[in-house]
Amino acid sequence: MKDYHKLSDIQADLNAGSINCVSLVEDYLKRIDENQDLNAFVDVYAHDARARATVIDAKIKHGTAGKLAGMVIGIKDNIVYKDHPVSAASKILDGFQSLFSATVVERLLEEDAIIIGRLNCDEFAMGSSNRFSKYGAVKNPLDKDRVAGGSSGGSAAAVSAGLCLASLGSDTGGSIRQPASFTGIYGFKPTYGRISRHGLIAFASSFDQIGPFARSAEDISTLYEVMAGPDNFDNTLSKQEVKKASEAELPKKLRIAYFKDALESEKLDPKVREESERIIKELEEQGHEVKGIDFPFLDTMVPVYYILTTAEASSNLARYDGIHFGYRSENAHDLESTYKLSRTEGFGPEVKRRILLGTFVLSSGYYDAYYGKAQKARRLVQDKTNEIFEDFDLIFSPTTPHTAFRIDQVESDPTQMYLEDIFTVHANITGCPSISLPLAKHENGLPLGMQFTAQRFKEAELLAFAQTLVHN
Amino acid sequence: MKISKEEVEKLAHLARLEFSAQEIEDMQNDMDKILGFVDKISELDLEGVEPLIYMSDERNVLRKDEVEQVISKDEALKNAPDKDTDYFRVPKVLKREED
Repeated sequence: MKDYHKLSDIQADLNAGSINCVSLVEDYLKRIDENQDLNAFVDVYAHDARARATVIDAKIKHGTAGKLAGMVIGIKDNIVYKDHPVSAASKILDGFQSLFSATVVERLLEEDAIIIGRLNCDEFAMGSSNRFSKYGAVKNPLDKDRVAGGSSGGSAAAVSAGLCLASLGSDTGGSIRQPASFTGIYGFKPTYGRISRHGLIAFASSFDQIGPFARSAEDISTLYEVMAGPDNFDNTLSKQEVKKASEAELPKKLRIAYFKDALESEKLDPKVREESERIIKELEEQGHEVKGIDFPFLDTMVPVYYILTTAEASSNLARYDGIHFGYRSENAHDLESTYKLSRTEGFGPEVKRRILLGTFVLSSGYYDAYYGKAQKARRLVQDKTNEIFEDFDLIFSPTTPHTAFRIDQVESDPTQMYLEDIFTVHANITGCPSISLPLAKHENGLPLGMQFTAQRFKEAELLAFAQTLVHN
Repeated sequence: MKISKEEVEKLAHLARLEFSAQEIEDMQNDMDKILGFVDKISELDLEGVEPLIYMSDERNVLRKDEVEQVISKDEALKNAPDKDTDYFRVPKVLKREED
């Protein structure tokens, strides 16, 4: 099988008749089988995928196939698909099957994508290493002793290893962009309010966004355009028109900002800094204006992120009560023990830690001191960011402060792991669209993503820019 | 600020979770570190700042109030850990004294 990087190449071969969807699906199934050690897929829909491939081959013959004909795609295990199991990698959803499909799944299927399986992730998307999963850690296909990143680790590993052409993930604080960086692929978080969250298992509702992983900037745009736009099931969606990347008018000279203090941070691997500086130089050579600016909220962003997301998570996860669906403890003997034992046995340690922290910041006496202050700080960060976008088109940074770390790396201080998110959380706090591009490599041989963030609802411009950059 | 063992236990009850003595101690340490981290926000001048609560710019999105059958009773009960044909089943809530 050819190692495809773009849907357009697959569609060219489909139209030329050198392959068909049935053979394509067989090839991907074979690769999934050969790469089981990555632990990327938790479920493979071989029968479904084969059946759909036959149908889509017939549609191609009749000239009625949708835009995504030939796209074999995996979905993160927190996006629901009617009559298929979904677990958010948690024991608490043992045996659960969805009664409906997420809006994004409906839209992919309408355009004839083939969903080949569901992908491993951190439990309830809480984590940066995909080690907090009931299915175990995902291995990085580029170095199997290392993590694929998280929380959408399975989605990233599967695309990186060529087990599917693209995948869906969700990004609450970097859960698409960080694993994309670690595995050398493209990962995109759209504007908050651009893609329906209907059918995404909620973690932190004012931060969560669904987005695509792909092996080309072109496919990122295609998937984004298919999924974006208003939906009756999600009232937080914007009514603003979804512009295509191909319709974006891009000035020749873009104004690009970077945060001086972030690039000079002592936590930043020196090689990562060097590669970032190389990219800045390249951008300047291409005629763009790149300028280091001060951003006074670098130290407060991760704290704001953790207070607000844990608070929202503690509320969202209250629905797992051992009664209506999912796991119930065998030892439950009355109502309270049904709640307590089912939740205690069903949730993993990281999820419980975050629920407890969220309960704390929302509890009487602390609400104003923590939750209320964090909401105010979020306003300051958003205002300052809007101000930056009055003078600049894009904000640039490396996606991660280092390359993929070892699976056996021990973390004793939870706040240490939280620094994983330092570059990525900005886009979630402010709701901005942000993309990680595989533009650099570390001297240790591992890939390193470079991140560009745009003003809210400027996806078309951001994606058009990403395509010019990669072609160069 | 050190979070007391009793306080962690109270929070755990509010969240309907149980922790072993060792886990409570770990949680105390973890929370301590995280809260130290969180104190960073207190360094900001937040006087008069309007909290950012809604991330969406859309307001009052209205639709027609039409009754729609979205799922059937069987479907609603499909994923329940314990049920009969009409209801979710839970362990006995009210008990007689001799029970």
